[in-house]
Amino acid sequence: MTDSWRQPRRLLLVALGALTVFFLMAPTLVVVPMSFTASNALTFPPEGLSTRWYEKMVTDPQWSTGFLNSAKVAFLTAILATVLGTLAALGTVRGRFPGRGAVNGLILSPLIVPVIIIAIGMFSVFVRWKITGSIVGLVLAHTALAVPFVVVNVATSLRSMDRNLEQAAQSLGAGPVRTFRRITLPLILPGVLAGGLFAFITSWDEVVVSIFLTSARFRTLPVEMWEQVRQVVDPTVAAVSTTLLAVTTTLLLLAFVVRRQAPAR
Amino acid sequence: MTTAGRPIDGSSERLDRPALVLRGLEKSFGDVPAVDGVDLEVRQGEFITLLGPSGSGKTTTLRMIAGFTRQSAGTIEIDGADMSQVPPYRRDVGMIFQNYALFPHMTAAENIAFPLEMRRASRSEIRRRVAEALALVKLEGFGGRYPRQLSGGQQQRIAFARAVVFHPRLLLMDEPLGALDKKLREALQLEVMHISRQLGATVIYVTHDQEEALVMSDRIAIFNRGRIEQLGRGEDLYDRPVSLFVADFIGDSNILRGWFERDGDGGWLVRDASRWRVGAAATARAALDGDRAAALVVRPERLRIVDPGDAGAAAAGANTVEASVRDVLYLGSIRKYELTLPDEQTATVRQQVGGNERVWQPGARVRLTWAVDDEVLVSDPGGRPSRPGDVPTAPLA
Amino acid sequence: MLLDRSRTGRSGRRDRDDPIVNRWALLAVPPIAFLVAFFLIPLIVVSLRSVTDFPRPAGDALANYGRFFDSAANVRVLGNTFWVAALSTVVCLALGYPYAYLMNIVRPRLAGLLLIAVLLPFWSSLLVRTYAWQVILRDTGIINTFLLDMRLIDEPIPLIRTTLGVMLGMSQILLPFMVLPIYAVMRRIDPEYTRAAANLGAPPFAAFRRVFLPLSLPGVLAGSLLVFVLALGFYITPALLGSPKDTMISQFIASAVQQRLDWGIGSTMAVILMGLTLTVLFVASRFIRLRDVFGSFEES
Repeated sequence: MTDSWRQPRRLLLVALGALTVFFLMAPTLVVVPMSFTASNALTFPPEGLSTRWYEKMVTDPQWSTGFLNSAKVAFLTAILATVLGTLAALGTVRGRFPGRGAVNGLILSPLIVPVIIIAIGMFSVFVRWKITGSIVGLVLAHTALAVPFVVVNVATSLRSMDRNLEQAAQSLGAGPVRTFRRITLPLILPGVLAGGLFAFITSWDEVVVSIFLTSARFRTLPVEMWEQVRQVVDPTVAAVSTTLLAVTTTLLLLAFVVRRQAPAR
Repeated sequence: MTTAGRPIDGSSERLDRPALVLRGLEKSFGDVPAVDGVDLEVRQGEFITLLGPSGSGKTTTLRMIAGFTRQSAGTIEIDGADMSQVPPYRRDVGMIFQNYALFPHMTAAENIAFPLEMRRASRSEIRRRVAEALALVKLEGFGGRYPRQLSGGQQQRIAFARAVVFHPRLLLMDEPLGALDKKLREALQLEVMHISRQLGATVIYVTHDQEEALVMSDRIAIFNRGRIEQLGRGEDLYDRPVSLFVADFIGDSNILRGWFERDGDGGWLVRDASRWRVGAAATARAALDGDRAAALVVRPERLRIVDPGDAGAAAAGANTVEASVRDVLYLGSIRKYELTLPDEQTATVRQQVGGNERVWQPGARVRLTWAVDDEVLVSDPGGRPSRPGDVPTAPLA
Repeated sequence: MLLDRSRTGRSGRRDRDDPIVNRWALLAVPPIAFLVAFFLIPLIVVSLRSVTDFPRPAGDALANYGRFFDSAANVRVLGNTFWVAALSTVVCLALGYPYAYLMNIVRPRLAGLLLIAVLLPFWSSLLVRTYAWQVILRDTGIINTFLLDMRLIDEPIPLIRTTLGVMLGMSQILLPFMVLPIYAVMRRIDPEYTRAAANLGAPPFAAFRRVFLPLSLPGVLAGSLLVFVLALGFYITPALLGSPKDTMISQFIASAVQQRLDWGIGSTMAVILMGLTLTVLFVASRFIRLRDVFGSFEES
């Protein structure tokens, strides 16, 4: 195919591709240099170079507690979602039971149900359970949103795993529990860890549900940013954005590396 | 490699006891019977091959012996103990998988140590026995490598070492050489055979490669449609197939299908105007009750080509048929003739190349002849009950 | 060994004599319980509120629905949501198909980079990306400042709070959902097919149109469906970039609940939005296998 394309058509395709990459990446990346501006206004290119907005982000209690809250919620969500998601993947990939299709649908539906509906639904229920405005409520909510990503990652590892390996372990004398611990778990571990990282990112970036489930006393970084973004032109928001992006990108690259660690075959 | 804890050839009363007994073994998937009543008794130290075409039930049988698949009916007895309900990890049966199933996250040595760890062997014993096992398969120094760092042949050897290191009561192999190229396969066939004998291991080997089966096995069980069609040594299967299926599956055969008519101790196979003598021994072995559709099987190297006018050929315990040479294929050590019979069926003849033999050219009119003792009579369940004079529809050869 | 193998493959999966329920299934119980409690029950409660919460006592359980459809403005919000979602789908398809095609024909290393270019934004904060568009598009933003400095315009042109603004933001955010399913399908198309077409005398474009394009259509359908359904539920991006006349249904729900505290109409809207989403998925499921749509997530 490649060689049979006439040059102009191929050039057009490449140009279009380059433009798309630019469209995907550039607008977002524009906030990175702007966050280092020395002036009070957001301009591009930035005027002067300083880290004053980062200093403000760290010293202003509003931003710094938001940062800590986000990190706590995302960490707890990652752990809870990884445990639940791994169980769900094992149960639905390996398990036989009537209604498996419906259960798969339930597990994946947080990906597809409009998030605003999830948000007001959780708010109505969590208010009654008195867990709004608390870390508990937010972790539970984010976990529900993050479980599908863990399930998808673990299920992929499970499906690509050669089941002969488990049978081989059994024929060599390992019972079900030892087979799982010595063979299955190590082989799906990259998927589990990647799923956990995706769960962390999901919580770390989540806004809509968080808007409803947080309060003035307990806010995450994205919610704080949402409150600011609609009113003031504060370069601190650019610094916060850059921080959010940096954390996400680092974890994402980590997730890719972890998933590559899957042993050959 | 020591065989401590295990009797070796001729040294134990355990030899009286069969290593494996299958009785009435059945397995169906849904409504489809995959294994349909298999009975088999394997002696200690015997090398048995389950041979058959795809879907004949040999692999399913092997997996039932290993315990991966629960039988629908029947029993499995290993070393005198009923294993029918025992989970795979308590059967003490070594298995070599088609793709080896080496654990990718463990080194070769860790793979071999795995069954010993499961049996709670001491650390020093594990070290010793892993080293012995690596030496056995001539891979000393490769213990630290991961499976992906080993060649196909090396992986195969590690899989073998892992399956024998714990002295299993049975060694099961599921097409273990199938993924290797021809040359390596042939070398490993001999090696697997030698080491198995050296260990005194009882081996159940699954393959669809008849040559491999003939080379390696003490006895071969031919599987067809979920049953063992014939069990015996390679020579028995080749020289005395009990059915058309076995005759066709093992080696090349010329098959003359027709109607068997008893005559004294022997009989005749009749087709159209032709009739061929069937000897008493062949008749007795076939054990056909009364006249019925049957086939004569003659191996290509047992057919001789003579002049059409050679009247002496038909004499004294020989059968003949007219033919014309269609193709002559020179294959080095042998010459293969493809011939056409009067009814448009074909026959194959293999002739040793020696330098003195008479060579026929394509188009030559000839006569094929064979000794009555070289033919095998089998019943032909698929054959139409045709009387002399009917037009035969079943193909020859 | 074809038959033998497929058989053992199956038997390997349903080991213990094909039981209807096996022990692995037990592991799914805790996550199912969790999702029912903290995800499904909230959705059910919202649905119930649409027929139980009324600003004034109402005799009719469907009073909220009547109230909703009585207002032309409300219905316009619905129509507008559909319109914006459809437009985003078209834009994403126009950009996404050539991009996926390019990924499919370039060397693997470059394809990997192109994939990362899709996946990084895919996973980065939607709020941050919308904020970035805000910074670029607003009256004192990068584009207007630049144009003013160049003296190409005298006063800022309206970019933010326009349909154009919301389209730019939404298609950028949704583009990965188009590219990934299409690429997943394209990668499974054997390149020998197009070579065979060339060998049979088809010039490159004919080979593409008659052979490759039809084979890649399942990906196109899957991607379009995904983008459309996700676009229906967009909230943050239209709220920050869209014009008031482009209000989408999610914004309407949020403002009903947060500002007007009218849970009745808010949850009614929510039920309608959910109904729309499920209807689109249901209709689509008649033409494509939904597993293909969500399966492409697994390869991302």
